[in-house]
Amino acid sequence: MHELSIAISIVELAEEEAQRRGAQINAVHLKLGALSGVVKEALLFSYEMACEETPLKGSRLLIEEIPVVVFCPSCQAQRSISSIQLFCCAECGTPTSEIVQGKEIEVSALEIEEWAHNPV
Amino acid sequence: MGSQPRLVEVRKNVLKQNDLVARALRERFRAAGVFVVSLVSSPGSGKTMFLEKTLTQLRENYRVAALVGDLATENDAIRLARSGVPVKQITTGTLCHLEAAMVQNALEGWNLNELDFLFIENVGNLVCPSSYDLGEKLRLVLISVTEGEDKPLKYPSIFNSADVAVVSKIDLASAVEFDWPQAEGNIQAVRPGMRVFMVSSKTGQGLQEYMDFLAERLVEQREETAV
Repeated sequence: MHELSIAISIVELAEEEAQRRGAQINAVHLKLGALSGVVKEALLFSYEMACEETPLKGSRLLIEEIPVVVFCPSCQAQRSISSIQLFCCAECGTPTSEIVQGKEIEVSALEIEEWAHNPV
Repeated sequence: MGSQPRLVEVRKNVLKQNDLVARALRERFRAAGVFVVSLVSSPGSGKTMFLEKTLTQLRENYRVAALVGDLATENDAIRLARSGVPVKQITTGTLCHLEAAMVQNALEGWNLNELDFLFIENVGNLVCPSSYDLGEKLRLVLISVTEGEDKPLKYPSIFNSADVAVVSKIDLASAVEFDWPQAEGNIQAVRPGMRVFMVSSKTGQGLQEYMDFLAERLVEQREETAV
């Protein structure tokens, strides 16, 4: 259960951005790879706890699950895999462990509310 | 004065801090000529005994040391110290995995130039350690025959973060009716081409092949560095 420390890192990262931009954060968009080793439900639960007593309290964590993509040596192209338990090209069945995508734990975007200091 | 909600792109790796420390460590290890192996497994798979045997055997010809992560006790460090090589404990408290910064801190006071091999035993856990790079050159995932053949299918992330697999306690294989072809098939399904060693720390079976492999990899690393 390392989701809490991941959640704290997310909150810290978002707080930093919020300060830098002088804005309030309504939501954090996160890309979570299928091979990241992080459980989505546990992370959502931990996120709420991590937000307590921070400016992010009440913000939402929106998780986009990123599937595994491999490079298939036979197709010479990026392909999805048969399943997370079977690292074979979904098109031709060639086994491959050359992972192109699926390990991400990445804050992709923030939904922010800036206070309009200089209204036009 | 109204507020204007909008979406801004950020694209920041949450574990960037760990990855940066790990990258610096890897460079330090390479420059010092030390080959670093980390071990991950579930609790009770025989990781510590396997490491104890590894250290005892390697120290005859190499300069070896180990870091060992544990939640609370120092039992593993005490066991490993019996091998006669320098061992340092990293007590993680409630943390279920090692992070690169912990490895960095634990190395303080050690001269890496005086080492050939450094082993890092992670906390017994097949989930959390997969997210954290420790700067190691080789990550080894260990499963014992008593855990069943389907461990790789249940934990594909950790198998995909590892470079080699070790199947331990093979002296018990027939007692637990361990199905080797099935286990091998499962490992290859989640990590095609993965090198697998079958060992018994108790009888010593398979250990030599693994030691030879490590020795080869050390030479390889030093040749790469020399170029």
